[in-house]
Amino acid sequence: MSSQRYAAIRLYKELHRLGRDYPNPKYEFHRKLRSMYEKNSHLTDPHEIEQKLALGEYIKRETLSLISLAKYREMKRRYG
Amino acid sequence: MFPTARNLLRASSRVDINVLVPIKRCIDYAVKIRVNPDGKGVDTTVKHSMNPFDEIAVEEAIQLRDTKNKGLVESITALTIGPQKATDTLRTALAMGADKAIHVQVGDQHNVEPLQVAKTIKHFIDRDKYELVLMGKQAIDGDENATGQMLAGLLDCGQATFASELKLADGKATVTREIDGGLETVEGNLPMIVTTDLRLNEPRFASLPNIMKAKKKPIETIKEADLPVDLTNRLETIKVAEPAQRSGGQKVDSVDEVVSKIKEQGLI
Repeated sequence: MSSQRYAAIRLYKELHRLGRDYPNPKYEFHRKLRSMYEKNSHLTDPHEIEQKLALGEYIKRETLSLISLAKYREMKRRYG
Repeated sequence: MFPTARNLLRASSRVDINVLVPIKRCIDYAVKIRVNPDGKGVDTTVKHSMNPFDEIAVEEAIQLRDTKNKGLVESITALTIGPQKATDTLRTALAMGADKAIHVQVGDQHNVEPLQVAKTIKHFIDRDKYELVLMGKQAIDGDENATGQMLAGLLDCGQATFASELKLADGKATVTREIDGGLETVEGNLPMIVTTDLRLNEPRFASLPNIMKAKKKPIETIKEADLPVDLTNRLETIKVAEPAQRSGGQKVDSVDEVVSKIKEQGLI
């Protein structure tokens, strides 16, 4: 379904943008992101794709809070 | 309604507030700082981002406009003094929700000092009239914690530093400040300078559509030479040194050994 295709691309762009600010540079966020997308690129079942998109949204939310938390902790460590 | 004196006062005190948010482009908090071989500066070819305290200031301005004091804030302007690349930092502020931005362009290696920064901010306040200046308490690179205070001095207006809560009402600002071991609440008339502490809010992350929209928002670029303020530094950096390395520990096998080692060090 093409709407799911666009949703997946949009999610990829957002995750890619978030990956730039991932607190630990050794984590290779972008490489992992790409390999996960490649692994699921053959999926055709709309229901299954929906599940993967939901997982992606979940990762996006978790990464966002991870970034804010890492920043807050570092600031708190430095300035109290 | 009959215009009693009290109503008139209330109507006149409901002014539209223009917020100015001065921000700084700093080396990103997650980057390990490396001192240059000449020992007079740090490696600046690394990732930069907006100073985290300034992010908090931008977020607070947006919250004042969108939720806390709906209809009271007329505009939010971000201001930065920095090299050409500082435009990215302004775009981040615009993507978070600021309305417009001003960029004072200076040379790549020019670290402008707090007094000159404060004078520049004053120049724009005199030119455009802002009722509230929200800024980070300090930048994570220079750690000077001075610009806000100097600006309040130059403008001869109130200042509330280390803000952990901010309320606007009837032309007054009520600020809760973080002080040693507690909180202090102060109130003052606008215009006022508020510098933000860590716990004021949680800054948002600009979403991709907003980043795209921010590319269309206006940025006014001004060259250092066109500014009526002299930005020449008065201080020269003589030496930058890394913090002392941690000396390694020792492994011991038994409790007795621990005790003897501690005694050796003269700790008990």
